[in-house]
Amino acid sequence: MAMTDTGTEPVAEATGMPTLHKAIFVVLLAALIVLPFFVYPVFAMKVMCFALFAAAFNLLLGFGGLLSFGHAAYFGGASYIAAHAAKVWGLTPELAVLCGTVAAGVLGLVIGSLAIRRQGIYFAMVTLAFAQMVYFVALQAEFTGGEDGIQSVPRGDLFGLFPLAGNMALYFFVLVITFGGILLLYRIVHSPFGQVLKAIRENEPRAVSLGYDVNRYKLIVFTLSATMAGLAGATKSQVFQLASLTDVHWSMSGEVVLMTLLGGMGTTFGPLVGAGVIVTMQNYLATFGAWVTIIQGVIFVIGVLMFREGIVGVLSRWLKRPL
Amino acid sequence: MFELLGIPPQVLMGQLLLGLINGSFYAVLSLGLAVIFGLLNIINFAHGALYMAAAFVAWMLLNYLGIGYWPALIVAPLIVGAFGILLERTMLSRLYHLDHLYGLLLTFGLALIIQGLFRNYYGISGLAYQIPDALSGGQNLGFMFLPNYRAWVIVASILVCFGTWFVIEKTRLGAFLRAATENPVLVGAFGVNVPVMIMLTYGFGVALAGFAGVLAAPIYSVNPTMGEQLIIVVFAVVVIGGMGSIMGAILTGYMLGIVEGLTRVFYPEGSAVVIFVIMAIVLMFKPEGLFGRPA
Amino acid sequence: MIRKFAVGTAALASMAGAPAMAQDIAVKLGVLNDRSGVYADLSGEGSVVAARMAVEDFGAAEKGMNVEIISADHQNKPDVGSNIARQWFDVDNVNAILDVPTSSVALAVSDITAEKNGVMINSGAGSTSLTREQCHPTTVHWTYDTAALATGTGKAMTLAGGDKWFFLTADYAFGHSLEENTARVVEENGGEVVGQVNVPFPATDFSSFLLQAQGSGADVIGLANAGGDTVNAIKQASEFGITEAGQSLAALLFFVTDVHALGAETAQGLSLTEAFYWDQTDETRAWSERFMEIHGAQPTMVQAGVYSGTMAYLAAVEAVGSAEDGAAVVAKMKDTDIEDPLFGTVSIRGDGRAIHDMYLFEVKSPDESENEWDLYSQVSSITGEEAFLPMLEECDFTKQ
Repeated sequence: MAMTDTGTEPVAEATGMPTLHKAIFVVLLAALIVLPFFVYPVFAMKVMCFALFAAAFNLLLGFGGLLSFGHAAYFGGASYIAAHAAKVWGLTPELAVLCGTVAAGVLGLVIGSLAIRRQGIYFAMVTLAFAQMVYFVALQAEFTGGEDGIQSVPRGDLFGLFPLAGNMALYFFVLVITFGGILLLYRIVHSPFGQVLKAIRENEPRAVSLGYDVNRYKLIVFTLSATMAGLAGATKSQVFQLASLTDVHWSMSGEVVLMTLLGGMGTTFGPLVGAGVIVTMQNYLATFGAWVTIIQGVIFVIGVLMFREGIVGVLSRWLKRPL
Repeated sequence: MFELLGIPPQVLMGQLLLGLINGSFYAVLSLGLAVIFGLLNIINFAHGALYMAAAFVAWMLLNYLGIGYWPALIVAPLIVGAFGILLERTMLSRLYHLDHLYGLLLTFGLALIIQGLFRNYYGISGLAYQIPDALSGGQNLGFMFLPNYRAWVIVASILVCFGTWFVIEKTRLGAFLRAATENPVLVGAFGVNVPVMIMLTYGFGVALAGFAGVLAAPIYSVNPTMGEQLIIVVFAVVVIGGMGSIMGAILTGYMLGIVEGLTRVFYPEGSAVVIFVIMAIVLMFKPEGLFGRPA
Repeated sequence: MIRKFAVGTAALASMAGAPAMAQDIAVKLGVLNDRSGVYADLSGEGSVVAARMAVEDFGAAEKGMNVEIISADHQNKPDVGSNIARQWFDVDNVNAILDVPTSSVALAVSDITAEKNGVMINSGAGSTSLTREQCHPTTVHWTYDTAALATGTGKAMTLAGGDKWFFLTADYAFGHSLEENTARVVEENGGEVVGQVNVPFPATDFSSFLLQAQGSGADVIGLANAGGDTVNAIKQASEFGITEAGQSLAALLFFVTDVHALGAETAQGLSLTEAFYWDQTDETRAWSERFMEIHGAQPTMVQAGVYSGTMAYLAAVEAVGSAEDGAAVVAKMKDTDIEDPLFGTVSIRGDGRAIHDMYLFEVKSPDESENEWDLYSQVSSITGEEAFLPMLEECDFTKQ
């Protein structure tokens, strides 16, 4: 199933990250370091967490070629575990985030191993079915608090030493995690593993005939994607001090698809842009209630009809360089 | 008399009957989805929103034009079906050459738009639509009181479902349709206007959703979220039944309505998730669905 | 966002040049509720109207108070609500958050309010946890809670002959709380709970659960749910002939807007407990008429609670001299009893619980009802001491 336009992508260079990408990352980092002084830090942290979530999803969809309808299960599941770890077990923030991430990874491994037995729409429906079950567990289980969610998650002390109660301190913690996560995802994509993934995505029977254990690669990328989505969710729970049903609801799965589609599937910076646009739009149009849904729908429609490459994809085509 | 797991048989009978009623809606809706997917390879995520739109159209017909329930049963699906044809002509047809998951994303976006618009103009509380006089009241069946309208829902859905199945599987028109999906070029070469057929088929599938919407209007309050709550359940039904199988969708719809009804008795909290558990199991062991043909 | 910073700086600069208004006490109120979902009718824009009426009637301008009102939609989601609350306190200088229906959101907001030393005057939520398990010196719970509702309807119907109860419980914290409190009251008054069923929330089809209720042989079917769920359950109960067959329905949380939506025809005979009704006294009628002219519908007890709560809050701010210290303002509100035109005599307890009378109503039949909003006849009143749960020691903030 080839869903991404890879016409402008050159063969991976053996010389490491292309200069353009390096430059973009550096500029991005610099901007993010200065950002909290101009913008409400909590809002910026929200954007960063969703950017990581979208990037993790993009790993699976854009580079792995697999559309999952249930990614909220890993995002939200990790959120609950991290919230519980911080509030009830009293773990420090970095350990709580670690717990959530590991939990998401395990969940991804389990669900992924079952889901990859099917292809295309059936694969997507299996992921949806399992995500609904995760939602059900989140709704019914004692520790998740039903629709109260897990509230008043404490913002502890990083490594037991640095208090993260203030927005600024927390911001830099989140920045390190999300930026690091995105770099890690970049590294995965631009590696021999990533190359094989691309081969599988472009022509699976051929990859099989070349001797690659396709299912193993799919499972690995699925688990990685789930783990990084979990990292995003776990971090978000620490920022908002709350884990709730919204994080595991199927509309959250739909939103991350929207962000990736809008930004550009299969591009590096696409999901970041997509997340930024969607989160910002939701924030500023919140007073307009149902119009947000309508606008999101319009973006979906126009995106699918005319801009399948997404914002960054279009940019990439103009610049004739991969982004 | 015997008791099944602590539930007396009268209660069980009542719940089975109620499950059949819900199953009727699942059957008609999943039939529409199966027609659209099985024949056109389009995954119509807007199905739930169109079902809801038809309920609103029925309400509007009554309140703005004085057109009552019985005419609305035909008119509303026609209106919604025509709208569906418009969508197909202007947007969906551009995606046929692509992976069919793009069709899904497009219809998902359309669903968001339709639902958002209705929410904006009609709020969320729901509008009242009266049960038509001819169908008010009910029969005392001994083990429960069955409202006439709900009995009508079962009858109407069975008629529509089996009528559709008959046309598709047993008539020449249906044969053309099935042939066109397998080999549109060849069928086109025989002089059959394939694009028009596809367009009308989509319209018909959507009209089925519309029919379900009018059926639903008197008993479930007419509100913008009524489709959203149903759509993923209906999807699960179609997947379990087998995405290309017409009879599969119908039978599975009724069956799962009954299963859900029984779950409401034995484990009510789980009634929302039982269909997904079944879907996961079916997909694991028989991915083409209970009635589907292996790919 | 950079634009926001620039605008903020410009505003600051312009204020520096303005004539000195330093004596003005700046107060910013945020009405946070459901503006587009199931509770939009009973709170929504109406609560904002009520808040504005309160600021006007209080005479804030004449008293040297500069009161601003903003509002937002929490969509009944705790994450949305808590984010708005946090941003309001961090960035927008809000001093008090009003209304907040939906207990899950109210609980999240109450915690954040306590952290930021703001004030929450809650009118819309029902959970008793607001003044017990999660009590804070910055929370005032004005209008009602699940215990008060239970004492009203539960007790009245049990004593009137409804011995056996079956509960249809919306499967979330609020539904369970309502069931728990009502079951306790039913048993205290000699009744018996013969069964219950957890209904997934939200639900549109109650037929299955109503059938189970019918099969249980109960006299009363307690609807431990709210809003659209209750309306649908009542409609379907009528459809399935449940009320004709002799069982009564107890709508444990029901607002005048719900009854209005249902219509007197279907709702007649229903017993329910509320803290306020527009047609009780001359004062309530006068105020409600003004409200109806602006808003187009009669006020619910939630909206009335926003009005009264805001009046009391502004009085306390005036007495303290500033709105900055939330806990101090709330402590002031607890000092003396309040004579309120809508709720009568109200005293705010140490835990933030506002104690006032509750009333048991019965829905009129279409013959008795003279206009579309003439829906209730008052059956009895319940004193505040009896209606609300006793205060917990550790939540008595006046002693700390």
